Formats: sequence, structure tokens, C-alpha cells
Amino acid sequence: MTRPVPFFVLVAALLFTEAARASCIFDISDHRIPITTGFAGSEVLLFGTVDEPSDVVVTLRGPLSSVVMFRKARVAGIWVNAASMTFEEAPSFFSIVANRPLEEIAAETELRLHQLGVSYVVDLPRSLGSPDVRDDWKRAMLRNMAGTGLYPSDIGSVTFLGDTLFRARMQLPSNVPTGQYLASAYCLVDGKVQSAQTIPLFVEKTGVEAWIFDFAHDYPLVYGLIAVVLALMAGWSAHLAFGRS
Amino acid sequence: MQIYLPIAELSVNVFLLLGLGGVIGFLSGMFGVGGGFLMTPALIFIGVPAPVAVGTEANQIVASSVSGVLAHWRRGNVDFKMGFVLMIGGFLGSGLGVALFALLREIGQIDLVIRLCYVVFLGIIGSLMLVEGVRALMRRRNPTAERRKLHQHTWIHGLPLKTRFRKSRLYISALLPIGVGFVVGVLAAIMGVGGGFIMVPAMIYLLGMPTAVVVGTSLFQIIFVTANVTVLQATANQTVDVVLALLLLTGAVIGAQVGVRVGTRLHGEQLRVLLAVMVLMVCAKLVYDLTIPPSDFYAIGTIK
Repeated sequence: MTRPVPFFVLVAALLFTEAARASCIFDISDHRIPITTGFAGSEVLLFGTVDEPSDVVVTLRGPLSSVVMFRKARVAGIWVNAASMTFEEAPSFFSIVANRPLEEIAAETELRLHQLGVSYVVDLPRSLGSPDVRDDWKRAMLRNMAGTGLYPSDIGSVTFLGDTLFRARMQLPSNVPTGQYLASAYCLVDGKVQSAQTIPLFVEKTGVEAWIFDFAHDYPLVYGLIAVVLALMAGWSAHLAFGRS
Repeated sequence: MQIYLPIAELSVNVFLLLGLGGVIGFLSGMFGVGGGFLMTPALIFIGVPAPVAVGTEANQIVASSVSGVLAHWRRGNVDFKMGFVLMIGGFLGSGLGVALFALLREIGQIDLVIRLCYVVFLGIIGSLMLVEGVRALMRRRNPTAERRKLHQHTWIHGLPLKTRFRKSRLYISALLPIGVGFVVGVLAAIMGVGGGFIMVPAMIYLLGMPTAVVVGTSLFQIIFVTANVTVLQATANQTVDVVLALLLLTGAVIGAQVGVRVGTRLHGEQLRVLLAVMVLMVCAKLVYDLTIPPSDFYAIGTIK
């Protein structure tokens, strides 16, 4: 599931490019991250400039997904999934890096306004239960997603080369979901976002992997039959190779 | 060396998969069991999503059953008529099982049901095998003890559709093997196993089949039931990973050969006791995991 550039980014970009004192421009080393046979995670490298000394925050978001969480409870001595909660439109991947700790760069209100932090991105509708219950679910969801490596907490960094050149590194784990990603860079002066830029990039399977995956989804019956035939042949050849002894 | 599995959508070390296939192939060769009941939990443990583990394991069991059944066929140890009747039940059962699997996944209880199925069946089968194996060991030391009757006559033998199974020297209702095939088919689809470890005792104790034809016949019908599960899982859920299946298969084929050779050096009764202990250990571990308070009360169900 993908969505074009989030509305707020467009608004931010339009508002701030006009009146901004500082602006930033960046690009990514690879706009396509191929998932090949040997894929074991990847690194996204961004580089850019700011036209005056400022803080830089970079986010990388995966395509939106719906995440179902379960809460366990004890029933007759065993732990079972008793309650569930669905987070609609949560990013399937979210990573954020900055040149120094976020809380030193800007106040919470500013971070929340620009969704600089995964806890400002993921949310549950207000209609669902009390704030305490919603908070519990949300904390659990963020904790578990961090555990899977899809919401990495502090992997990567933004480093300045001199006053205006910056470089950001972000790690993509091997279980990274495929689809369209958005890399955004924000430059902040005195705790206020001055400008922002967003660039899409694509994480996609290529080669044999892509072919097998597409085939399994496009022709599932044929795929299943081929899988069975392959297994039959493998079993038969195993019998020929070893069975006679 | 990492390899990216296209359907499981994760990257795993090739040698881990080959080794896993090898170890479980070794055990299955040594004990003459399918190994699915060990492989599926092992795959889930290394991070393969449960539906993919179940679908892929069904695919792998097709291959290992084929190579097994060919050996039994050459020795004339396959009751084809019984196999076909079991298969009718197996097709119906595995069809229901795949549908049930999808439903349980939807409501988030599939993990629990898989685990409970394992606990119940491993517990029962393990205990039975242990008791039987220990008795056999004692009987060997004390050969004067009386022999058990082959099977008891009960209400089961009054069911309609009586059919003669020459090879098994049985004249029983066809409903019985259909019923056995059905139950095992459901479990095969849900648990990602061939079901040999349930089928074999059921054939011996419930149907009263002679031991010689039990394994060959069980393997024969497992091929078709697991092939059915593979196709159904591939069409309904796209959860069959051929790359994963082929890797596991390669390890399992080699491991099984070594296992068979080691197995022939050990006595049948000792093997049975050993297998029983192993089955009960897996069962105890599952019970332990279900009853201790989880480290996190919350867990991710699905990400779509």
C-alpha cells in the first residue's frame, strides 16, 4: 500500500521555501534498493547541503500498512491472545536520524507538528477507549515494531562535513518491506523547521526472487502444481541416488 | 552465506537451513518418522512466518514421502487400496484444515491452536510410545509374558460399507479409514506435518493393520494429502516457498541417509523409547512456553 508524498510535507515545503531563512537540498545515493538473492539488509546514504548552519533531521518511512496487535491474557493456565487492536495506516518502516539528540534540537510541539518521531506518526483514533488504554497499545506496538527492526531506534546518523555539507546513513534490515519509501530531510534553526525536502525511493525484489514472488501471486495454482512436481522429482531422484543401496 | 527467501520475505543463512534439514532428516531417517512435527516448529523458531512454515513444510514432505514410499513399494509394503481410501478422507480433511487455518489466522488464534495441537498429540503419542517401548524392552528380557491380541472387536466393526483390504488382511468398514484420513488431513493442514506420527499409531491400534504395511501405506497417502495441502496453501494464501523447501529438502535427504544407517545398528525397542523421550521433551517445552508469563504481554499479529 503506498500513498503519495504526505500532505503535511507538501504544505511544509510550500510554506517554508517562501519564507525560509535556511534551506536544505539533498539527494540519495540509490533511488532503488534491490532485494536480490544475497540480500542481508542495506544502507541508505543521503547527502546534502544547508545554506546556513542548522540542525538536520532525516526520516525514512516505508509504505503504509495496517498492523494488528494482540494482548495476551491467562485463560485456564495458558497464555492466549485475548484482545486485539489494529493500527490502520502505520508506516511499515520508520527510521529517524539527526545530527544531535532530537530533544536538544526542538521542543516536543515542533517535533509533533512535523511528525519527527515514530510516536507522532503512529496513532489510534480517539474513539477507541480511554487515553490510558490507547497509550498502552501504542507503547506496546512501538516496542514490538522496534523489536522486529522495522522501527529502529538509533541506527545511523547525520554527520556534518564542515558547516553546510551533511551526510546521513540509515540501515534497512533484511526483513524490510517492499514498496515506495519516502526520505525526508528537515533543516531546523532555533528549534523551528525552516525547510523540508522529500524524495521517494523504491525497495523492490529483483531477479529470481521477484520472478518467483510474482509468479506465486499471479498464477497461484500453477505455482502450487509446479511446487508439487518439483518435490516429486526431488524425492524420486533422492530415491535413485541413495535408495538402491 | 545469506539467501533471501522470496515468499517468506526474509534472509536466512543457507547453512542454517541445510543444517536444519540435515539434523531433522537424520532423526527422521533413524526413527522412520516424517520429521514435519520437528521441522515446522523449528522454522517458526528461526523467524519464518507460521503460515509459510506450514505451507512450505507440506511441500517438503511430498518429496521425502516419495523417496520413502518407493523403497517400501519395492518390498511390496504398500496397501494401495487402503491408501486410496485413507486419501479420500485426507483430501476432505486437508481441504477443511486449510480453510480453518485461514479462519484462525484471521482471528489471531492460529499460533495458539498450532501449539495446543502439538501439545495434545505429542503428549498422547509420546506417552503411548514410551509405555509400549518400555513394555517391549521388558518383554524381550522376559519372553514368557503373554502376547497381546492384534486388536479388539468393538462397535467400530459394526459400521456399514464393509470393505476387504487384502494386503492388510482386514475386512472393515471403509468409513473407519476415511475417518482416520479425515482427522489426520485436518491436522496435517493446520500443523504443517504429514501426520505419520498420528496415522501410524491409528492404523496399528484403531484399524488393526499389520505393522509391515503400515509405514509404506501411510507414506503413500501422505504424498497425496501434503500435495493437496501444498496446492491449497499456494492458491489460498501464497505461503509455499519453493526456495526454502528445496534447501530443507537437500539437507534432509542427506541427513536421512545417515540416519537410516545409524538406525539399523540400534534395536527397534530402544529406538522407540528414544523417540518417545524426544517427543515428550518437545511437548514439555511447548507446555512450559504456554504457561510461563510472557516477557511481553503484547505481540504483533500481522502487518499487511
